[in-house]
Amino acid sequence: MTRQQVLDMYFMDARHKLIDLAAFLDRVDRAPGDNDFRMKALKEALKHLESDHRDRAAKVLMTFSDPTTTPIPAATTKAACGAWPGENQG
Amino acid sequence: MRYIEPHGHMVSRTTDDYIAMVTAGCQAVCEPAFWAGFDRSSAQGFYDYFCQLTEHEPKRAAKFNLPHYSWLCINPKESEDLKLADDVLALIPEFINKPNVLGIGEIGLNKNSRNELTVLEKHIQIAAENDQLILVHTPHLEDKYKGTRLIMDALKNDPRIRPDRCVIDHVEEHTIGMVLDEGFWAGMTLYPESKCSHSRAIDMLETFGTERIWMNSACDWGISRPLAVPHAALEMRQRGHENNWIDKVTFQNPISFMSQSPKFKIKA
Repeated sequence: MTRQQVLDMYFMDARHKLIDLAAFLDRVDRAPGDNDFRMKALKEALKHLESDHRDRAAKVLMTFSDPTTTPIPAATTKAACGAWPGENQG
Repeated sequence: MRYIEPHGHMVSRTTDDYIAMVTAGCQAVCEPAFWAGFDRSSAQGFYDYFCQLTEHEPKRAAKFNLPHYSWLCINPKESEDLKLADDVLALIPEFINKPNVLGIGEIGLNKNSRNELTVLEKHIQIAAENDQLILVHTPHLEDKYKGTRLIMDALKNDPRIRPDRCVIDHVEEHTIGMVLDEGFWAGMTLYPESKCSHSRAIDMLETFGTERIWMNSACDWGISRPLAVPHAALEMRQRGHENNWIDKVTFQNPISFMSQSPKFKIKA
């Protein structure tokens, strides 16, 4: 596909998702209370969108990922929450 | 079009889904053992499930002229209880020679715990001792990167395991490269929410190529689409990909991998 074809096919969808993300950030800010590790990770991940490198998706995924290499002592939940809380907060 | 659904949890789906899949061109469905959405209370529950996967579900699929294959294991979500896991593993030899069983799966990790890893290693041993193919579930979201590395290390630690007889499923942009670089097959699972989309899966095909890779729906009891693969094929066409390129990823590649089991009878 040419760049023009990619833009024709996907721009509206990307625009829609970006506005949804902006509205989510506004919604979080309007709500009383504090941010947690997920918002911190999300704001860190957003920085990769400004990059010119062609591995932005992988970089965003890595920002949310557990970078450690040792198995945890025991699973205390089945579900993943989308962002790594940190070494001592899992 | 024609396609293989290499990963679908059909015990959770309706007959309408079977009709839709066959109408869309599905030539065979392969069903790994997985978590039912709740913890089974005993190994007897798994015995019944293995009977369902190897006897009842193939008959249900056959009513729609769809060949059905299965994989056996205890899912990592239920692997924290080592006693239960051992009891379930002891059941596998009774079922492993059933005519529709392709191998051990979907094994792997969920939260990357020590017990999950222990049970994974025991599954790998069963696969090696019985010369079985392996289908791997990688953890989701924040646990995927670490889990994928731990799983690949466990597989590589057993010299009897050949990477080209293992498919590592649910890869995403940050794990697909290392999976393919190590010689494993990679599965991309198409989810309607929270994980890999059609568009991203096609991006990965365009970036990493079409060798040793397939896509699947992993349709189950949760929010999932049994027709995810043909829908992705439509998007490939919209991007201008040729029919033979689409056919390789959605039909020929799954056959190439699964034909390593003599029980898999579908021909390309």
